[in-house]
Amino acid sequence: MDHIISVIVENKFGVLSRVAGLFSGRGFNIESLSVAPTLDPSMSMMTIVTTGDDRIIEQIVKQLNKLIDVIKVVDLNESEFVERETALIKVHTKPEDRAEALRIADIFRASVVDSTPTTYTIEITGDTNKIEAIINLLQPLGIKELARTGRVAIAREPVRPAATQPKRVAKD
Amino acid sequence: MKLTGAEIFLECLKREGVKTLFALPGGVVLKIFDILHQQKDVNVILTRHEQGAGHMAEGYAKATGKAGVCLVTSGPGMTNVITALADAYMDSVPLVCFSGQVPTSLIGNDAFQEADNIGLSRPCTKYNFLVKDVNDLAVTIKEAFYVATTGRPGPVLVDIPKDVSMNRTDFKYPGSVSIRGYNPTYDGNKWQIKQAAEAIMKARKPILYVGGGVIFSGASEELLELAELTHIPVDMTLMALGAFPGEHPLSMGMLGMHGTYWANMAMHYSDLVIAVGARFDDRVTGKVSEFCPQAKVIHIDIDPTSIRKNVNVDIPIVGDCKSVLRELVQILRATVNGDQKDLRKPWLDQIREWQRAHPLAYEQDPNGDIKPQHLIKRIYELTKDRDPIVATDVGQHQMWSAQYFKLAKPNRWLTSGGLGTMGFGFPAAMGAQAAFPGKLVLCIAGDGSFQMNTQELATAVVSKLPVKVFIVNNRFHGMVRQWQDLFYEGRYAASYLDKTPDFVKLAEAYGAVGLRASKMSEVDDVIREAMAVDKPVLIDVPVYQYENCYPMIPAGGCNHEMILTDPPELKKKQSAGAKVAGEDKDTVLTA
Repeated sequence: MDHIISVIVENKFGVLSRVAGLFSGRGFNIESLSVAPTLDPSMSMMTIVTTGDDRIIEQIVKQLNKLIDVIKVVDLNESEFVERETALIKVHTKPEDRAEALRIADIFRASVVDSTPTTYTIEITGDTNKIEAIINLLQPLGIKELARTGRVAIAREPVRPAATQPKRVAKD
Repeated sequence: MKLTGAEIFLECLKREGVKTLFALPGGVVLKIFDILHQQKDVNVILTRHEQGAGHMAEGYAKATGKAGVCLVTSGPGMTNVITALADAYMDSVPLVCFSGQVPTSLIGNDAFQEADNIGLSRPCTKYNFLVKDVNDLAVTIKEAFYVATTGRPGPVLVDIPKDVSMNRTDFKYPGSVSIRGYNPTYDGNKWQIKQAAEAIMKARKPILYVGGGVIFSGASEELLELAELTHIPVDMTLMALGAFPGEHPLSMGMLGMHGTYWANMAMHYSDLVIAVGARFDDRVTGKVSEFCPQAKVIHIDIDPTSIRKNVNVDIPIVGDCKSVLRELVQILRATVNGDQKDLRKPWLDQIREWQRAHPLAYEQDPNGDIKPQHLIKRIYELTKDRDPIVATDVGQHQMWSAQYFKLAKPNRWLTSGGLGTMGFGFPAAMGAQAAFPGKLVLCIAGDGSFQMNTQELATAVVSKLPVKVFIVNNRFHGMVRQWQDLFYEGRYAASYLDKTPDFVKLAEAYGAVGLRASKMSEVDDVIREAMAVDKPVLIDVPVYQYENCYPMIPAGGCNHEMILTDPPELKKKQSAGAKVAGEDKDTVLTA
């Protein structure tokens, strides 16, 4: 099963190669990896999608924690989380296919971000299933290029059951 | 007053209490050497190869428990020291290695003697730093020593570009540093320690399995207390020898691939394994699926990644061995009553039986050749009163030394465990000698291993490091030949060394003392003679060439299925082959 691990690291040179080197050196997989600075510019957040049994995931989390430039590691699969990925898909369109391409984009609530007489570039955001689905539908039309961000994810805030929440009473 | 980077380097070393620096110069570190030349606080030992500098720093660190420090130049200086860094990383040796780098303006330009030192050393250091600005130098050096010596120790590299060593700035040495991503856990979880104490009280056949972590955390006293309080026998890993007194009745000696029969049997049949500062290496576990089938496992280690990496653990305790053992002893002291000894009696009797059935043994050679075990045993017996530090290289002689040297104290045993680096022993011994000039420091080497760092004979002579190097000379890569005997039908591919040099003449050529024992009757005399000389001594001892090291658990085999002697068909072959070797030996000795 895919595991999503969120890693807060020092935002400085060489840190990415330490993380990547850890995975390659110990034979762990990286399915996807995305990195960007956090609100605090001295730190970056990496979202790593990996696979492995419980023992391997436990080792990955421990080994990541052991890296000196790693500040925090969260295995998102331990709780509820939201994940998203964005893809830019450049579709080659013959005149007779152009309407179909737009229809597909519409169904997925994707938007067209660039257009030429022979291509559309479609932007889609969603979970992996959604992205795979639109790719499957666009493929018969001819995908010229595809750029995916890799997944990013964030833990869901725990929600208290409605009964325990304070009630709002309208005042007049 | 503003100081140059090189002066700051020296000031930092002084403040860290560094007395000895193992170093070899080159273009980009000349400024630093120039400063070192004008002072007397740090003793600079010039080695003949950077690998030697690295291993000497390791030997220094293992013998003192403090960080070893070395300095090398860029490019080839760096690549040469990599083996020592990798060795230190595997064996958790605190090491701070400084490397020179081309000026910052040239980094990435394929400049002369440029190498990506950070990239090269990343997988074999605990951490590494590239100092890009002289203003960062002092705090970086402080951080380097902090990272190398705390938590699970390890090697740290500081890469210093030439311009950084030449630029000037105000010198301020930080009193302490903290790194937000690095917070080792020292105190074990109290609840887990209580669980461990309960498991120990319940166990019928417990065994302590202790590793090098006990030595680096300085937990030998606590270990002895725990073992004596609970009457639990102690198995030591190769790295742990000396952590528990070798001649103590509860010492089982070394376990693992070439461990004693009873140490491995005790492990296999135990119902509780108490692992302390050990990492369940494959040379210890054998076949993991059949490792200690009936045992619960308690694992005490400062490195969380060691826990549950290779085997499943029932009671994990992350923390420093010393502090965890101390707490464990406190709890047990309150609960243990007098009957521990009686409770353990059947288990200890069982172990004694194993010990009687298959003690460490060898037969003297009918043709009068010196058996390597005999030599090593005699070295131990004739030197033990002087509490020597013993370094070894890697191979058969290392395993025999581990079996026959029953060290009484920690920090006396310098050996390359995890990486198995041939050529380690001689420079490591010199590093220890540099730390303890008055002490007897021995090195037990093989003829193959010794030839991997022979050049350091010059360092030993020039820097007056009077180590005593015994070459267990079988003109083979002995351990390779043993595997070829057992698993490759005796085809000695590239394991026979044919003409080894005349080691006595070699020693003399370097200005050291060369000695040789060719007959059984000369062994004791040559050991005594070597000990009496206050100079580096190389003692060449040609030994019976086909001796194999037992017990042996074949790689991937199960711990209770040990090979205890040569298989019969092998014995026949050896007696035929020995004649050829005998002729050859004569030509070497008279050469």
